[in-house]
Amino acid sequence: MKEQLQKDFYNSIKNLSLSQKDIEIKKFCLDNFIDKGFPNKKEEDWKFSDLNQIIKNNIGELSFYNDQAFTNKVDTSVFVDGLEHNKIVFINGRIEKIDFEYENKDQIEIIDQSETINEFKNSNSLSDLNNAFTNKCFKILVKKGYQLAKPLIIYHTTNSKIWSKNINLRLNFELDKDSSLRLIDLFNDASEKNFLNIFYNFELKENAVLKNYKVDKFENKNIKYSFNNIDQDKNSISETFILFSGSNFSKNEINCNLNGVYASAFVNGVFSLNSDKHHEIRSIINHLTENTKSYQLIKSVLEQSSKAVYQGKIFVNSDAQKTDGYQLSKAILLNKESEFNAKPELEIYADDVKCSHGSASGSLNEDSIFYLMSRGLSYQQSRELLINGFLLDVVEKITDSEIKNLIKNMIGIKE
Amino acid sequence: MDNRQKEINNLKDYKYGFSTEIENIQAPKGLNEDVIKFISNIKKEPAWMLEFRLKAFERFKVLKEPDWQKPKFPKIDYQDLYYYSAPKSMKDKPKSLDELDPKLLETYKKLGIPLQEQARLNGIAVDAVFDSVSVATTFKDELTKQGIIFCPISEAIQNHPELVKKYLGSVIPTSDHFFATLNSAVFTDGSFVYIPEGVRCPMELSTYFRINASNTGQFERTLIIADKGSYVSYLEGCTAPMRDENQLHAANVELIALDDAEIKYSTVQNWYPGDQDGKGGIYNFVTKRGLCKGKNSKISWTQVETGSAITWKYPSCILKGDNSVGEFYSIAITNNHQKADTGTKMIHLGKNTKSKIISKGISAGSSDMTYRGLVDISSKAKNSTNYTQCDSLLMGNKCGAHTVPYIKNKNSESNIAHEATTSKISEEQLHYCQQRGLNPEEAVGLIVNGFCKEVLQQLPMEFAVEAQKLVGISLEGSVG
Repeated sequence: MKEQLQKDFYNSIKNLSLSQKDIEIKKFCLDNFIDKGFPNKKEEDWKFSDLNQIIKNNIGELSFYNDQAFTNKVDTSVFVDGLEHNKIVFINGRIEKIDFEYENKDQIEIIDQSETINEFKNSNSLSDLNNAFTNKCFKILVKKGYQLAKPLIIYHTTNSKIWSKNINLRLNFELDKDSSLRLIDLFNDASEKNFLNIFYNFELKENAVLKNYKVDKFENKNIKYSFNNIDQDKNSISETFILFSGSNFSKNEINCNLNGVYASAFVNGVFSLNSDKHHEIRSIINHLTENTKSYQLIKSVLEQSSKAVYQGKIFVNSDAQKTDGYQLSKAILLNKESEFNAKPELEIYADDVKCSHGSASGSLNEDSIFYLMSRGLSYQQSRELLINGFLLDVVEKITDSEIKNLIKNMIGIKE
Repeated sequence: MDNRQKEINNLKDYKYGFSTEIENIQAPKGLNEDVIKFISNIKKEPAWMLEFRLKAFERFKVLKEPDWQKPKFPKIDYQDLYYYSAPKSMKDKPKSLDELDPKLLETYKKLGIPLQEQARLNGIAVDAVFDSVSVATTFKDELTKQGIIFCPISEAIQNHPELVKKYLGSVIPTSDHFFATLNSAVFTDGSFVYIPEGVRCPMELSTYFRINASNTGQFERTLIIADKGSYVSYLEGCTAPMRDENQLHAANVELIALDDAEIKYSTVQNWYPGDQDGKGGIYNFVTKRGLCKGKNSKISWTQVETGSAITWKYPSCILKGDNSVGEFYSIAITNNHQKADTGTKMIHLGKNTKSKIISKGISAGSSDMTYRGLVDISSKAKNSTNYTQCDSLLMGNKCGAHTVPYIKNKNSESNIAHEATTSKISEEQLHYCQQRGLNPEEAVGLIVNGFCKEVLQQLPMEFAVEAQKLVGISLEGSVG
């Protein structure tokens, strides 16, 4: 893999107009990655999902070079109907379109930050891979007091013209004081067996509100990794909703730093998996100052030999008195081969806190099925009704009614 | 000053902190094959036992000390320890208690462990382990009548080799982790219990461990076998003198429950925790594992952990037999600079297996406490259930309380429920108690005892009272 990495690396920097210093930094990241390799199960955070092995079994050898000079035609059929929205379109890892058609252009600034390297706390070797191969990185700055009228949808699409087996993306967001952004990530994959490596960095200033919805529901054979770093100032709110069911493997990591008082973070997730899919959410909520709040709810429905993993950590610093942290993960296993693993973790250094977590997994409740069947429903209907209700609970946590309806329609949850 | 206050004042300091001046026989310092042969030789062990030890030592040489635990400690120099230390007077084992060194008897009297006949009124059979050797076992005759074997493990190796050979290392093999393997190589003594088929042990069996000599590691090994349909309740207590340096205690405990058998294992651990600045104290790195081998068997662990500078142990149950039950009740209290990383592992292999975990952690002062646990339901363990509850109580803002559960469910017909909370003693509760005339320390004692009640009531009566007091004492000086 080492030769391939180096070869592809020189090919990709050749086409970029980078200064000598930038090339050196990228080279440094590449060397770091070559040194560490893909995360494997010897690392505590990857205990339940051995990425190295998963890539080997699903893709085989990776290649990393994409010719970015080549423009892709934007396929408008993937766009969401019935919801006016701003767009960013990624095709095969290349930004094809940034369109804020519904917004006041003075209030949003798009800054090219391709030369900066992000260093994330609680990250891993994939961040080095990302830094080494990302060729364009933009920062989207929402200016003070501006609240976007329409949501922003980021389309992550791949098509058959893709060269490499690996795509690296990076985006930075800054929400200035009193601003707000609703962001939807939609995945549409027409390619097979690629590894997507996505890093987002969010900076939320005082009173800013971020709502991020990630939806991956189309069947595909890809492997996805996404890392969200969220830094939150006073009174800011972040809401992350994750719905993953399409990819072969995915891991979503949320690292949230509650730096300002009264900041709050919400992470909600739904897994609805079949065949031998393997998905994971790992969240780290760092309560770093007093009066901060976090709430997490993860639900999984697992069919066939699918596997879901939830690793959640609430960290409370010794200064973070009056923290309120809550974590709940629930799973229904429908098949004897399905598997649910959880590691809900609390690390607490302050005494005046209220922190709790709960985790439950098991089969569908026979009594409930009996109850419904005795009222005339078929077994299948009762089962669906129960599963629907189980998942609806999380979808109902979405605070934006427009997007809630969109997502309900997308996954076909009936009320 | 009322009686309770007086009592607390008496107990305020670690009352077991004295050491006994006794002439010792020690193995040469360090760890090598010769030392292992020395230990085996002095105990007049058969060849297969020495082989067992050497096999473990071979394995130990390639192992690395683990470092994933939360409480970090300075590197232990395993060559700077004595692996065998015994009171000289024990070289030729005394035939009866009258021949025991009076100093030893006095030590145990100070500890409140009655070894002499006349003091045996409380109906508990005691095996006392002093540094590396078992010094006395009481009530032997009565137990023998029922066919129960309760003796030092070194004696069992001589007298019941067939049982020891069959079961020793069957739950904790010589190829286990670092400290367990070290123990397999150099273990010196411990208790051996065998309950024959269908016998319900008429009294509590108890072992009392005492580290006396300095620079010694204590490596005891306990093996309890409950044959079909039998029942035994076993208690373990520990103390050590106050010393400035840290001492290592790496014991192995193996429990085996055959069909319909039940083993109840309770620990009240009160090793010297170090002084207020965290100097000295015992490193308590113990491997405890129970195997529910037969159908309908049950193993229940109860622990009250108040001592040790570092406690690092996970009493586990392997639920292999169908319908077997594993239970874990724990209170862990850390104060001053104590650290604890403790919890349990419940490994469900058989059908209809059940496990229950109740863990209560209390941290005060500058201490740090971690609950780390594993619940693993394998794909064959149909219809299994687990219930876990771990609550932590924090007192003061310099301490830490952490919960790290690993939950693995591979069976769709099994249910796992896990709950954890972290909180502090509420001002309202304190106010309520104080308003009714309790002083702040009493109020805290009362609330903490209520917090721990679920676990305390699992202990045998005599120990429950002692443990309740211990809970109060351990938290001295953490309020106000």
